Amino acid sequence: MLEAILIPTLCVTGIGLVCAAVLVIAARFMSVRENELEKKLRECLPGANCGACGFSGCDGYAKALAENPETKTNLCIPGADAVSKEISDILGREFADTVEQVATVRCSGDCRNTDTKLDYHGIDTCQAVKMMYSGDGMCPCGCLGRGDCARVCPEDAICVDRGLAQVDFRKCIGCGLCAAACPQRIISMMPDVKRQVVSCSNTQKGAVARKNCKNACIACGKCERNCPEGAITVKDNLARIDYDKCSGCGKCSEVCPVGCIRTADYSGKHRQKSCENA
Amino acid sequence: MFKGLIVIILTSIVVDNYVLTKFLGICPFLGVSKKVGPACGMGIAVTFVMLLATAATYPIYYYLLARFELEYLQTIVFILVIASLVQLVEIILKKYIPSLHKSLGIYLPLITTNCAVLGVASNNISDGYVFIESMASSLGCGLGFLLAMVLFAGVRSRVEAANPPKCFRGMPITLVSASIVALTFYGFQGVIENLFA
Repeated sequence: MLEAILIPTLCVTGIGLVCAAVLVIAARFMSVRENELEKKLRECLPGANCGACGFSGCDGYAKALAENPETKTNLCIPGADAVSKEISDILGREFADTVEQVATVRCSGDCRNTDTKLDYHGIDTCQAVKMMYSGDGMCPCGCLGRGDCARVCPEDAICVDRGLAQVDFRKCIGCGLCAAACPQRIISMMPDVKRQVVSCSNTQKGAVARKNCKNACIACGKCERNCPEGAITVKDNLARIDYDKCSGCGKCSEVCPVGCIRTADYSGKHRQKSCENA
Repeated sequence: MFKGLIVIILTSIVVDNYVLTKFLGICPFLGVSKKVGPACGMGIAVTFVMLLATAATYPIYYYLLARFELEYLQTIVFILVIASLVQLVEIILKKYIPSLHKSLGIYLPLITTNCAVLGVASNNISDGYVFIESMASSLGCGLGFLLAMVLFAGVRSRVEAANPPKCFRGMPITLVSASIVALTFYGFQGVIENLFA
């Protein structure tokens, strides 16, 4: 009778002990020493692994921060000021402001403004379309509308509407993956403050550009002449704004005859909201 | 022999699919199937753990439990062994293959006491398979799990995009679509046996 209870009990206990011993030995000899500081830093990073900081992801940035005291604390753009503050608190360093960025599509050639020059049937990505006579749209510089940017966006902040990529600024975390994915290179990362945007990238001559897209910059130079800060220059048939000088007054938008200069007002409002959520 | 193994693998993938016909491992099936990427990761991790678990529990059953006539301890011993095995694998992966640990690592603790893994180990015993057949069966079950996960992740992304009535939103519509996917797998009944006949 005693045996009937004793043997199974011993058996299960024995197996349990053997398993425990193996685990203890394994933990002893094969444990990976984790840097406590690095772990703590990694926890306050957002974990999107977007690479906007210039390291191989959040783990890489945390490692660099822990090991190299010269690594800047404000490199995490998606995390913005909140993360920068936490990092500088942990490391006991001075808080540095993060320049929040948002992705901006420098094109407004949707299907109402421009047309297609060829009927494309094939692989449905911008990369592929770009290889056919630099895209199927009339404008050789414009948005191809196949959504390569939307596919890489970790926050689903981009949607393609009427053949034009649109960024939802409330969702954009400023990682810059879309800017790298765009074969036309028309997505720029811009500082997240009130300012003017030339939503066109066409460098063709005015008349040609106008024919291709109703919204194209025709390089008339009106904005250049009217800008009180002297921040706009027209180069290669396209108005370009120097954001170090731009005050966001909106004068250029008012005078632009084709309406391709627009006011973009985000001023970091959404950013504070996302910090609260995080 | 070889033909037998193929039949076992194919049977456990489509006919006796653990998730869709035996209803084991439902929690990861519903929990991790929102996107195809994680669903794949989970499926691969489960396949891996199923193979390991079978390789470990088979000798324990036949050389320890059966010898001392302790077959009734099967469940508790299997749970014990599988849980510690998964922990051990996690430690080893973390040390020697950190990249694999990063992609599979988060799923490993989830499957330490997964019913599908335990189900495979004990079904192999109750079906009276020899070692190589058990391994084939657990490979098949793992692949079946992977298949079910990936298929359902695809279905689910469509369901998310749809606009069901308010009372169906979220889990209810997911369960309904899971049952329809399960129903389709009943179409495979009897197919594999006749494949090699």
